[in-house]
Amino acid sequence: MNYFSDRWHDLLPNLGDLVVAGLTQGAIYALIALGYTLVYGVLQLINFAHSEVFLVGTYASIIVWGWIGYAAGDGNPVPALGTVILLLGAGTIAASLVSGGTAVLIERVAYAPLRRKNAPRLIFLITAIGASVAISELVGELTNRRPWGVPLLVEPKTQFVIDPGMSINPAPVTNLQIGIVLSAIVMWFLLDTFLNRSRFGLGIRAVAQNEDTAALMGVNKDRVIMLTFLLGGLAAGVAATLYNLKIGTISFNIGFLLGLKAFTAAVLGGIGNLRGALVGGLVLGLVENLGAGFFGNKWIDVVAFVILVIVLMFRPTGILGDSLGRARA
Amino acid sequence: MLLEIENLDVHYGRIQALHGISLSVGEGEIVALIGANGAGKSTTMRAISGLRRPSTGRITFGGEDITKMRPDRRVVAGICQAPEGRGIFSGMTVQENLFMGAYTRKRGAQLNADLDHVYMLFPRLKERRRQPGGTLSGGEQQMLAIGRALMSRPKLLLLDEPSMGLAPMLIAQIFQIILEIRDQGTTILLVEQNAQQALSRADRAYVMETGSITREGTGADLLVDPAVRDAYLGVA
Ligand SMILES: Nc1ncnc2c1ncn2[C@@H]1O[C@H](COP(=O)(O)OP(=O)(O)O)[C@@H](O)[C@H]1O
Ligand SMILES: [Mg+2]
Repeated sequence: MNYFSDRWHDLLPNLGDLVVAGLTQGAIYALIALGYTLVYGVLQLINFAHSEVFLVGTYASIIVWGWIGYAAGDGNPVPALGTVILLLGAGTIAASLVSGGTAVLIERVAYAPLRRKNAPRLIFLITAIGASVAISELVGELTNRRPWGVPLLVEPKTQFVIDPGMSINPAPVTNLQIGIVLSAIVMWFLLDTFLNRSRFGLGIRAVAQNEDTAALMGVNKDRVIMLTFLLGGLAAGVAATLYNLKIGTISFNIGFLLGLKAFTAAVLGGIGNLRGALVGGLVLGLVENLGAGFFGNKWIDVVAFVILVIVLMFRPTGILGDSLGRARA
Repeated sequence: MLLEIENLDVHYGRIQALHGISLSVGEGEIVALIGANGAGKSTTMRAISGLRRPSTGRITFGGEDITKMRPDRRVVAGICQAPEGRGIFSGMTVQENLFMGAYTRKRGAQLNADLDHVYMLFPRLKERRRQPGGTLSGGEQQMLAIGRALMSRPKLLLLDEPSMGLAPMLIAQIFQIILEIRDQGTTILLVEQNAQQALSRADRAYVMETGSITREGTGADLLVDPAVRDAYLGVA
């Protein structure tokens, strides 16, 4: 009993900070989770290479920032607001294009040939893992396996303080944290609108719900699949840029754990369901930070996966269930 | 002939489902394809729509060889199917299902006019246009499947067992609408197990048995053919 009450005493004052940090981290999980969920909704495939789609995005924005003249450790002062907007825009566009392109390339090179041969599902999974390792190792080779620094583009500034009172310490919320969470919500909203309002979105949902009938209505399945990978890649690119802003260094192997967490978030929220990816990401970030606050930082990853197992025991389809492919015939 | 099938073989893996079938559908006709369960009727329909590639044989549509054409191109060319089991997108609204039928077309006044036309043909669908397709009754789903196919403005409408699982009154209503659709200028290839209804409506018909066409003729002729009566009309 003493153990738990001690832990509780450690946790309580930091509760506000943990919630803010958890939501920020969760927003990044959510953005990556969108890619897992979109592809799963259409193909029932867990695209394990999606972690590397995210990875290449992180490098893309750093490279572009370097071209513009901002590299880590170059002694540049933190740029003025106008420059920051330019840098963020350029970084996001570069990361999204590179991530989106990589996602489509993976689908064309690794999956499309298997689909044409009607390969069993297990083969897709092995191919996905193979593609993931290949890309990560390639990036490792190109960077000599050394980490890259990320230039400091946005000085974190406290915008407001949440003061819940009681024995909880006031929690400052920074511009960066607000930006990251808002970006995730905006990105999710754009994707959701695209899926529910546009003609191509209708096509994606049709293939997710009933592939054969979709083909009978004139939906080109190959094109829908490419589009799905592209959309997931674009979201991963946004996630990659936000991740850079939050983190000081990156290296070729960061995709693995982040990808696994994002995949967990997608399953947690209900894989195949866009809203589920958002909810799952935020919940995962929140819970793992609270768990780390309670049990200590080294348990942060364990907490994430224990939560996953517990939720799936009670709700096998995740928190919100499967909806992109809802009521598959 | 609008549609011509010559010597078509279709396989599922090692199982051969169609053995060199040939059939044709002329412009403005209602042609029925009847046969027992498992005869290969749906496989024929899938081959015409391009969901199943034939191993040998040829399909031409409006004089053009479409044997290797992608399914979506066939829809653009003017072939649309209301599949067996209806294939309703149950998570989409009724109206979204109808828009799926028009997936290959440009949005605009013409499309809206066609939507109104489908709603006129099936007033029930209009009442339920905001409801998810999965909440409709069997009869309504069949109407939705037909209406959806019409939204593509097909030259050739393929109907795979539209009467399946429906009450007799609804069956009569569906067949009435099929005649109306033909009279408005759409050619129809109709697969049915309900041979009585199909043969009495069709201009011509084919009888299929275990992957082969065994008889053909006008609907009226087949209706009085003793072998057909014996096997499909439940009359001794
Ligand atoms: N997906 C499939 N895989 C293997 N065999 C199939 C498949 N679909 C149909 N068949 C077989 O092909 C034959 C024809 O089936 P089908 O065209 O559905 O007949 P019908 O529509 O006349 O009832 C049957 O023997 C059936 O078992
Ligand atoms: Mg059938």
